[in-house]
Amino acid sequence: MSTATTHDAHHEEQRSGLMRWVFTTNHKDIGTLYLLFSLLMFMVGGAMAMIIRAELFEPGLQFVQPQFFNSMTTMHALIMIFGAVMPGFVGLANWLVPMMIGAPDMALPRMNNWSFWILPFAFAMLLSTLFMEGGAPAGGWTMYPPLVLQTGNAFPFLIFAVHLMGISSIMGAINIVVTIVNMRAPGMTLMKMPLFVWTWLITAYLLIAVMPVLAGAVTMLLTDRNFGTHFFNAAGGGDPVMFQHIFWFFAHPEVYILILPAFGIVSQVIPTFARKPLFGYASMVYATASIAVLSFIVWAHHMFTVGMPVTAQLFFMFSTMLIAVPTGVKVFNWVATMWKGSMTFETPMLFAIAFVCLFTIGGFSGLVLAIAPVDIQLHDTYYVVAHFHYVLVSGALFSIFAGIYYWLPKWTGHMYNETLGKWHFWLSVIGMNIVFFPMHFLGLAGMPRRIPDYALQFTEFNQIATVGAFMFGFSQLIFLIVVMKAIKGGEKATAQVWEGAEGLEWTVPSPAPYHTFETAPVVK
Amino acid sequence: MALGNATTLTKLFVVSLMMFGFGFALVPFYYKICEVTGINSGAEQVLVKNTQVDTSRWVTLEFDANTNAGMPWQFKPAQRIMKVHPGQLVQVDYEVVNTSDRAIVGQAVPSYGPRRAGAFFKKIECFCFTPQTLAAGERRRMPVLFVLDPSMDKDVNTVTLSYTFFDTGAQAKTTELQKDLPRG
Amino acid sequence: MWLTIVRRTLTAISGGAAALYGAAVSAEYGLNLPRGVTPISQDAYDLHMLVLWVCVAIAVVVFGAMFISIIYHRKSRGAKPAQFHESTLVEIVWTIVPFLILAGMAIPATKALVAMEDTTNSDLSIKVTGYQWKWGYDYIDDGVSFISSLSTPQDQIYNRQGKGDNYLLEVDNPLVVPVNKKVRLLITANDVIHAWWVPELGMKKDAIPGYINEMWINVQEEGVYRGQCAELCGKDHGFMPIVVVAKNDADFDAWMQAQKSAADADASAADREWAQDELMTRGENVYNTACAACHQVSGAGVPGAFPGLVGSPIATGPIEAHLDMVMNGKPGTAMAAFAGQLNDIDIAAVVTYERNAWGNDTGDLVQPSDVEAAR
Repeated sequence: MSTATTHDAHHEEQRSGLMRWVFTTNHKDIGTLYLLFSLLMFMVGGAMAMIIRAELFEPGLQFVQPQFFNSMTTMHALIMIFGAVMPGFVGLANWLVPMMIGAPDMALPRMNNWSFWILPFAFAMLLSTLFMEGGAPAGGWTMYPPLVLQTGNAFPFLIFAVHLMGISSIMGAINIVVTIVNMRAPGMTLMKMPLFVWTWLITAYLLIAVMPVLAGAVTMLLTDRNFGTHFFNAAGGGDPVMFQHIFWFFAHPEVYILILPAFGIVSQVIPTFARKPLFGYASMVYATASIAVLSFIVWAHHMFTVGMPVTAQLFFMFSTMLIAVPTGVKVFNWVATMWKGSMTFETPMLFAIAFVCLFTIGGFSGLVLAIAPVDIQLHDTYYVVAHFHYVLVSGALFSIFAGIYYWLPKWTGHMYNETLGKWHFWLSVIGMNIVFFPMHFLGLAGMPRRIPDYALQFTEFNQIATVGAFMFGFSQLIFLIVVMKAIKGGEKATAQVWEGAEGLEWTVPSPAPYHTFETAPVVK
Repeated sequence: MALGNATTLTKLFVVSLMMFGFGFALVPFYYKICEVTGINSGAEQVLVKNTQVDTSRWVTLEFDANTNAGMPWQFKPAQRIMKVHPGQLVQVDYEVVNTSDRAIVGQAVPSYGPRRAGAFFKKIECFCFTPQTLAAGERRRMPVLFVLDPSMDKDVNTVTLSYTFFDTGAQAKTTELQKDLPRG
Repeated sequence: MWLTIVRRTLTAISGGAAALYGAAVSAEYGLNLPRGVTPISQDAYDLHMLVLWVCVAIAVVVFGAMFISIIYHRKSRGAKPAQFHESTLVEIVWTIVPFLILAGMAIPATKALVAMEDTTNSDLSIKVTGYQWKWGYDYIDDGVSFISSLSTPQDQIYNRQGKGDNYLLEVDNPLVVPVNKKVRLLITANDVIHAWWVPELGMKKDAIPGYINEMWINVQEEGVYRGQCAELCGKDHGFMPIVVVAKNDADFDAWMQAQKSAADADASAADREWAQDELMTRGENVYNTACAACHQVSGAGVPGAFPGLVGSPIATGPIEAHLDMVMNGKPGTAMAAFAGQLNDIDIAAVVTYERNAWGNDTGDLVQPSDVEAAR
């Protein structure tokens, strides 16, 4: 063991069995916990999606009652956003940020332990509402009053679960910022940091800025319902639309919290497999930062139908369209990175390429939705559902897959099974498009979202979507198998793993030792 | 370095607390914006200066009345439509009946179509200024006295004045969820 | 429950997969926004097509470049990696060009948006009120008002009966508007937020309790246009459609006259004594549109959620308590106050029906005059 360490938590004896995981302050252990938790929540949220799609296979009510259907859409969203995607990214950050910047661990290891262990309690609380009188929350993840105030006994559980998730993410984000700001190895200047670190730094600032606003908004809901305040109650001088403004002030940056780390992962993966440095590193950093800044002034594009003054609508339309510029720069940079490279197509690269294509399609539909007169037609239809699933499934989720396949050999010391990985990729990418592409047509043709039953002209595309959903859903089991096989054994991975891989994390052996960079490396 | 960590941690923690506060600060901020842009105004009494009546144009006023869910009052304007000149003193009566067998305190919330017209309603008297208590079965006729500011945009020629009565006493209790449990 | 879901899913998938390749299950499906029948819907359609084609053009360039490099710049073809990693000129170009394209789109979008929000110089005002889960319409100038709720039978929804052509998109009382008139719609809600949307009319606006929102339509073709509530509003959000019938001036006036005389007829009929079977027939209609979504057509309710009415203490107990429940609702539950939604005859009929249907043979008759007295 090294002697040059300043971290007291660092030299704790490694406990055995379950206690190792409960008390761990090691960034790699905590990263693993986050990733496994995210995987579990992905399966739970996925099962809910399957119920939703099964009910929508045919017109008429077949499997579930409308109220339960609404609970499923609400819970699916909350679990996927706060339980699967965010912890997935935080898990990757825990594993990789210290290794990428040459730090021995996260800056605040004990807080790191806390921020993870709050999550299982938050989600146990949220999931317990499924068995409560009055059912689970069914007012949508957006929690608009007055509807959300009609929630039964589940209401305080919903609010406190959101509080806990918020506290967990804020602690996680603070930890990441402190680590990146204070713990970089000598010579690791900001503009030398890998893009994944950069995007996470910006994401963490966004989290610190907006999660407290969400906490404030749901606190107001709670006091409105139980303590007689009138924030959103017109009778007492409040305004239900104000909740939407506060909520989207949080939730639009939140959307970028879900996608900026994805940009980072893809910007690591593509240069490796193109064997060529990332094109336009500096413009990538600036584009990420400008997307983050713009995210604070576009929120009301979710609210074009609430009856805002026309000047406000115009402002939010223009600012939203503006986001296409930095996002476009990123896509062009990725394509330019591939251009004249020497590409190979292992599973991480396949997912990264699918990300670039399909995220761009999500970006296009986003541009369509930015145009207010068109959005007024498409708001709250399946077109929106298609749009955000292109951005979040083939965007956020595919980037997490790319990242996991990319770094799995570093974590486990074993190569994953490439054949199974390719099967997982192709079934996922085809399945994903079968589910979500027809939803564009459904929305354009007039199918509202969040309905358990629909008119007959929507039947065909819903059936196609359901078939695709089950295909996509079940192909995730392959992913489980790949991960389990790689943990158990397989071909030994080298330190560098990938021919074109560059960066500090590839200089340590695979699997990465429990403690790395206890003596800071020198970055030239 | 550990000291540096503590400093950064403290700073960020303070920032997140400030943002929590900022969430609440958005509330007055929102109302300020609404006030400046003329939305949601008209719930307060205004002292009207002697304004010039603009006889060169007519504005059609439509009066509308609503009661919120679970409010057992019947509420309607005595007159649905009126043509007035901006600047002219207008009185309109609303009729309200409490059809239930208990006394209820209601608060009327005004709203305007188009929204921007709200800023030009100068109300001298309105039942929406204070909560109204109606005994069981009580019937009441309530006036609204106002002047439409002649500086109102020239293109606005139809304005709706709408009130919705909310039950203030029932606010602490909210509608319980329909207990529609999954079956199947 | 989970097992049943799995089992039913499997059968549904095998059955449905066959249906996919077999005969078309239903009415024609749409692929694109409808062009619609109002100036606004046509603006939205044109804008959508413009943006769509711009996106397609950009996609061809970007994806084209990407696939060329995927095909040619691969290691298996012996490609050697170049080492360039920046070009200020290129980066500036691909920042500015998209900006200009966006500015080009913003101009027509701004024009369309300003036109959409211009509600001045309207010919007619109609107030639209969203209720959980139906719509109310008030013709402000004519004083005509009615409630419009789903008319698809519960049996079709629960698959006990074949589905009609306009399944879930049909109502008892459609909104009727004149063609080629600027109709101003004032939207509000009674309980939670709803949104009124008919795709072919090109307009969607939230209905917010305590506030009125404005929008306008100018329907240019006679016809029937269907839409749905577009903001999650609780259990039956998917079951509160909107039907708009656009008529020419003469037909519209005739319809308006008929509405007014029907209201007058009801007003005078409210004074006379009604016979039991008259009340029962009318009551059954009212019950099926206003009550059956929760209490069920059979009066059995939904256990644990909505109380049954068969032999219930309210439906077989004192008439006054029953009337009070229907007229004033029950605070803290989903039971709404119907005094403002139904007229005296309808309330009398539905209470009579509930007290005598499904074996609740109390033999009680409630007259419209009793309801008026209770108001």
